Amino acid sequence: MTKAEKTLGSVANYVDERTGAAAWMKKNLTKVFPDHWSFMLGEVCLYSFVILLLSGTFLTFWFDPSQREVTYEGTYAPLQGLKMSAAYASTLHISFEVRGGLLMRQIHHWAAIIFMAAIVGHLLRVFFTGAFRKPREFNWILGVGLLTLGIVEGFLGYSLPDDLLSGTGIRIAEAIIQALPVVGSYLAFFAFGGAFPGESFIPRIFTVHVLLLPGAFLALITIHLMLVWYQKHTQFPGPGRTEKNVVGYPLMPTYMAKAGGFFFIVFGVIAFLSAVASINPIWLYGPYTPGQISAGSQPDWYMGWLDGLVRMAPPLETHAFGHTISWNILIPGLIVPGILFTGMALYPFIESWFTGDKREHHLLDRPRNAPNRTALGVMSLTFMMVSLINGGNDIIATHFSMTINQIMWGTRIGIFVLPPLAFIITKRLCLSLQRADRDLVLHGTETGRLLRLAHGEFVEVHAPISAEKAWTLTSHEQLPALELSETDSRGVRRPGGIKNKLRLRLSKAHAVAVPKVSADDLKEIEHH
Amino acid sequence: MKRLSRYRRHKAAAPLLLVIALLAIGTTFSVASATVKQSPTTFARSAAIDEGKQLFLKGCSSCHGLNAEGGAIAPSLIGVGAASVDFQVGTGRMPMADMSTQAMRKAPVYNAEQTSALAAYVASLAPGPAIPEDSVLNYERDGNTAEGGELFRNNCAMCHNFAGQGGALTQGKYAPTLMGVEPKHIYEALITGPQSMPVFSDKTITPAEKLSIIKWIKAAEKEPNLGGASLGRVGPVTEGLLGWILGLGLLIGVAVWLATKAR
Repeated sequence: MTKAEKTLGSVANYVDERTGAAAWMKKNLTKVFPDHWSFMLGEVCLYSFVILLLSGTFLTFWFDPSQREVTYEGTYAPLQGLKMSAAYASTLHISFEVRGGLLMRQIHHWAAIIFMAAIVGHLLRVFFTGAFRKPREFNWILGVGLLTLGIVEGFLGYSLPDDLLSGTGIRIAEAIIQALPVVGSYLAFFAFGGAFPGESFIPRIFTVHVLLLPGAFLALITIHLMLVWYQKHTQFPGPGRTEKNVVGYPLMPTYMAKAGGFFFIVFGVIAFLSAVASINPIWLYGPYTPGQISAGSQPDWYMGWLDGLVRMAPPLETHAFGHTISWNILIPGLIVPGILFTGMALYPFIESWFTGDKREHHLLDRPRNAPNRTALGVMSLTFMMVSLINGGNDIIATHFSMTINQIMWGTRIGIFVLPPLAFIITKRLCLSLQRADRDLVLHGTETGRLLRLAHGEFVEVHAPISAEKAWTLTSHEQLPALELSETDSRGVRRPGGIKNKLRLRLSKAHAVAVPKVSADDLKEIEHH
Repeated sequence: MKRLSRYRRHKAAAPLLLVIALLAIGTTFSVASATVKQSPTTFARSAAIDEGKQLFLKGCSSCHGLNAEGGAIAPSLIGVGAASVDFQVGTGRMPMADMSTQAMRKAPVYNAEQTSALAAYVASLAPGPAIPEDSVLNYERDGNTAEGGELFRNNCAMCHNFAGQGGALTQGKYAPTLMGVEPKHIYEALITGPQSMPVFSDKTITPAEKLSIIKWIKAAEKEPNLGGASLGRVGPVTEGLLGWILGLGLLIGVAVWLATKAR
């Protein structure tokens, strides 16, 4: 033992005697994680969150969350002498006078853009591979919660500088609050401390943005990760991988090194973007005044689909009992997102209800092997994309020589037509891919080698695939659809007839599959 | 008379008469030509109006009518003023290439001289806003950037975007970008209200305020991209696109690479 080892050993011993950490560390540092690129999307979320915390803390050192009116006397000439809020003036100060301030602002904003993009990427991975199934339903709900919080947190963040664009966003948020029937106007007064804009929304948003929501994020992310730790990570099917084991690399040293390195790569990519590409140049927008607006005012992308839905809504209003109900804001601004997010949060329970599958799953589905779920996911994505496109309709109109009216009508029709179409096409594609898998297992890969038979026929020689690959392609299970008789064992009709019918139909749709290759199929082909 | 008639046949009579006649013609001519020299612009203007009229008859009358009285597809030009013509023709919007939505900015068809001839002709039909003199357009001296920015955000940004990059209007119409537009043309657009643009009369926005707006636009044009690539100065749409494609794209690329190396 060298001297250094001796010293380290005695330090470790000192700590262990007082904390009992050795046993825990021994168990957990050797914890095994499976390897796949898509498992790293969640890591991108975590690392960009850390970057958000650090860069955000830096910004709070100079940001003045107040709507006190000041006269700008900073270095940016085109705004000198203008009256503005202290919040906007201090953001200008961070951008132009604080050393590294503009870079930090851009890091904070780009990190937010990437944080939200990575959350959506991670969510798609989890959905399309069926990783949300038992026992991970709670973690799925936590994830949906984090996504929702992220949207709110991001929105509050770009509302803080009090520039023309952020004020416009706040104004729309106020309109959505007001659209709530009966209580809307009171809630809006409550939130803004009086009539819009008032003088309290920046300080209030600030507290929620830097204290309440980051705290909630930290707590939820911790539980999210603890559950991953406790439930172990899912893995893709393959030889030697079962529902009872995890095949991969140990946390120490492989994953420590990989994850640590990946953090710096995430930081590097965000810092690179922030160094070369401008984001939210607030000095160009000017200070917020309710009387002003810029053409092409959009929210950040993760709110863009909501904006798009509001933009495509036809003008509908009802006046009843002295109240106005603005359906054109209520439906796209609150009801549709409410249905979407509730449906998303409950999907694990809905799926296990109609498949009747209550078992634990640690092996992931390949998306093609769950055609109905994959099609449902692509359908939802198409819905989001159509509304997102309408959210940028004015920018698309000017840059692609189209008219806003064309885009609006295109998306109004597309929002109903395209998602079902995407569902049908995706489901067909999945089944075709299953068929291709079946062919591959039965006939092997094409070698490109042509063989001329004695009687003149040309055939292409197929090489059989490896046993490992064949196993991977055939290991998934194909559950039959549920069978529920309409009557119970005594011939009495079951209650909840429509519910059962729906369950059966969903189950049947979910079970559609190209039969995978069985041992009998292979035996038969050997006889040829 | 007798004395005069006595010398009628005198040898010197014919040459003398000739001299007198020459003198008279010379004096008349010099008096007449002196009058023309005294007001040369009237002459040139009437020449320009004539030239403008010829150009108009050839290039514009098929839509605007032989007397600029307008028609089914084009408005009357009586009373639109020289400023309007200078803007529409000087920025290449007229003659119009595509009648579907609105006149597009393109390379001018007429040169400066022809444009002013056309403007003179149209201005001669009825009084209207005149082309601002260069001395009026000294925005560097008379404008205030910060005030101009405030006026721009109050009056212009809702169509032309916060940075003057232009924006979409309904039915394919649009507010064009203001980058690279001559100060004279901005001023003319303000006082004549071309296409979908409203007229900003001197009562709404004073001439000094107009110069401030021009000064702000020119400052925005020269404004360096302080935060890096500008992404078109059109707001979050391009930012989101870049974040997804370059940001998350790069990170997914790295993730794939890391997962591959481990095998």
